[in-house]
Amino acid sequence: MKFRKPLFALAAVTALAAPAAIAHRMWLLPSSTVVSGTDNWVTVDAAVSNDLFYFDHRPMGAIPTITQPDGTEGKAEHHNVGQFRATFDVHLTQQGTYRIAVVNQGVFGRYTLNGETKMLPRGTTKAQLATAIPAGATDVQTSEMLARNEIFVTQGAPTNTVFKPTGEGIELVPVTHPNDLVANEPATFQFLLDGKPASGLYVTTILGGGRYRNAPKQMEQRTDASGKVTIQWPEAGMYWINVTPNAPRPEGEGEGPRPPAQAQAQAGAPHPAQGGSQGMRGVPSGRRVSYTTTLEVLAP
Amino acid sequence: MQFRLTGLTTAALGAGALLPNAAAAQTMDLSIELPRMRVAEYHKPYVAVWLEKEGQPARTLSVWYDVDKRGGEGTKWLHDVRQWWRASGRTMSFPADGISGATRAPGVQKQRLVAGKGGMPALTPGQYTLVVEAAREVGGREVVRLPFAWNGSSATATAKGASELGAVSFTLKR
Repeated sequence: MKFRKPLFALAAVTALAAPAAIAHRMWLLPSSTVVSGTDNWVTVDAAVSNDLFYFDHRPMGAIPTITQPDGTEGKAEHHNVGQFRATFDVHLTQQGTYRIAVVNQGVFGRYTLNGETKMLPRGTTKAQLATAIPAGATDVQTSEMLARNEIFVTQGAPTNTVFKPTGEGIELVPVTHPNDLVANEPATFQFLLDGKPASGLYVTTILGGGRYRNAPKQMEQRTDASGKVTIQWPEAGMYWINVTPNAPRPEGEGEGPRPPAQAQAQAGAPHPAQGGSQGMRGVPSGRRVSYTTTLEVLAP
Repeated sequence: MQFRLTGLTTAALGAGALLPNAAAAQTMDLSIELPRMRVAEYHKPYVAVWLEKEGQPARTLSVWYDVDKRGGEGTKWLHDVRQWWRASGRTMSFPADGISGATRAPGVQKQRLVAGKGGMPALTPGQYTLVVEAAREVGGREVVRLPFAWNGSSATATAKGASELGAVSFTLKR
């Protein structure tokens, strides 16, 4: 993904790069997910906050990518970044399921050259890594990030074209369609890591509206051997789902400090790549992948 | 609703006259009570009527909505009739010939459905459920289910809603 708004993209990278210090949740909240008719609009709030879904901290200002039911790219219209939230609208003109995604992908890190510590430029991609780090650099520490945050909206009957996996990072494959959710029916989703079913992923499910509850309505699960997880919805509402290869912190605030070897092995990235030898310059030494979505569960 | 004779029903009735047990069209006389509401803002409800049979897709028999709104805008709120939307509505296109109709006023509303006309299929004997769902703008939503067995000659069922629907009943004959 290209960072068209570098400033906000950097904020997003920073938030994910230091999860122990900043554990805010990034979320997209659509005005509707199940729509009838042939010509509709949905509006989406995009923000970063602790409590779901209250925009009281930071906007998520990245320009989203819209995929239409026929597979072509749509447009986010009326994009606006405010103090606490970004908003944009999507014009629904096709029948079927739309995907609205913000994918933060990039490499960040630092190296030492001639005794000076340098940061990788913002927006460096994996492909640019080999050239981004000059020959002779030492203490190279780089990490690749792929944070996928996407929501789904269906006009008419649900369709499946937007779920074709790209094979990169964590992706959702419907067993139950994400726009066909009802409170008294369990829903099953499969998660892929780099295109393959991923077992043992941590799946956090949180019901919105937490401000008016003493205890959060939150569930912690892990994907089974085939990468699947079945969620029982305690009630109708908007749910925030977060999927990571590493365990959430005990208090449930975002990602915890990861056991590096295990997480990196699970993420499939080679490590370590420190020392700046020519051979390893193009390979990130760490990897951080995540998947986030907001699902609407209707009353029976 | 007035019962309009079509070529199909005329043919069915004609055949039925000759062979009383064979080809008379199945006819469902449906009665739906829409309660009068004492509310500041009242809009006539959207109402959907559909037929369920285990192992078969739901069949929409009738939908009352803002069918005449400009630019098909009345379809925007069809999904609020949410059980019906999921069971059948979302796979249909609107207006649906012989199925779509205007919203109706409070009171007892009658409708005659004839097999082979509009959305009404000819029923084979078995267990069915007739479902009626009403959703009202700035109001509530309610579903009433009427299970019945069709033996090929006659069936009847009655149920009562508590909020958005009053008495709902039908007789099905051939």
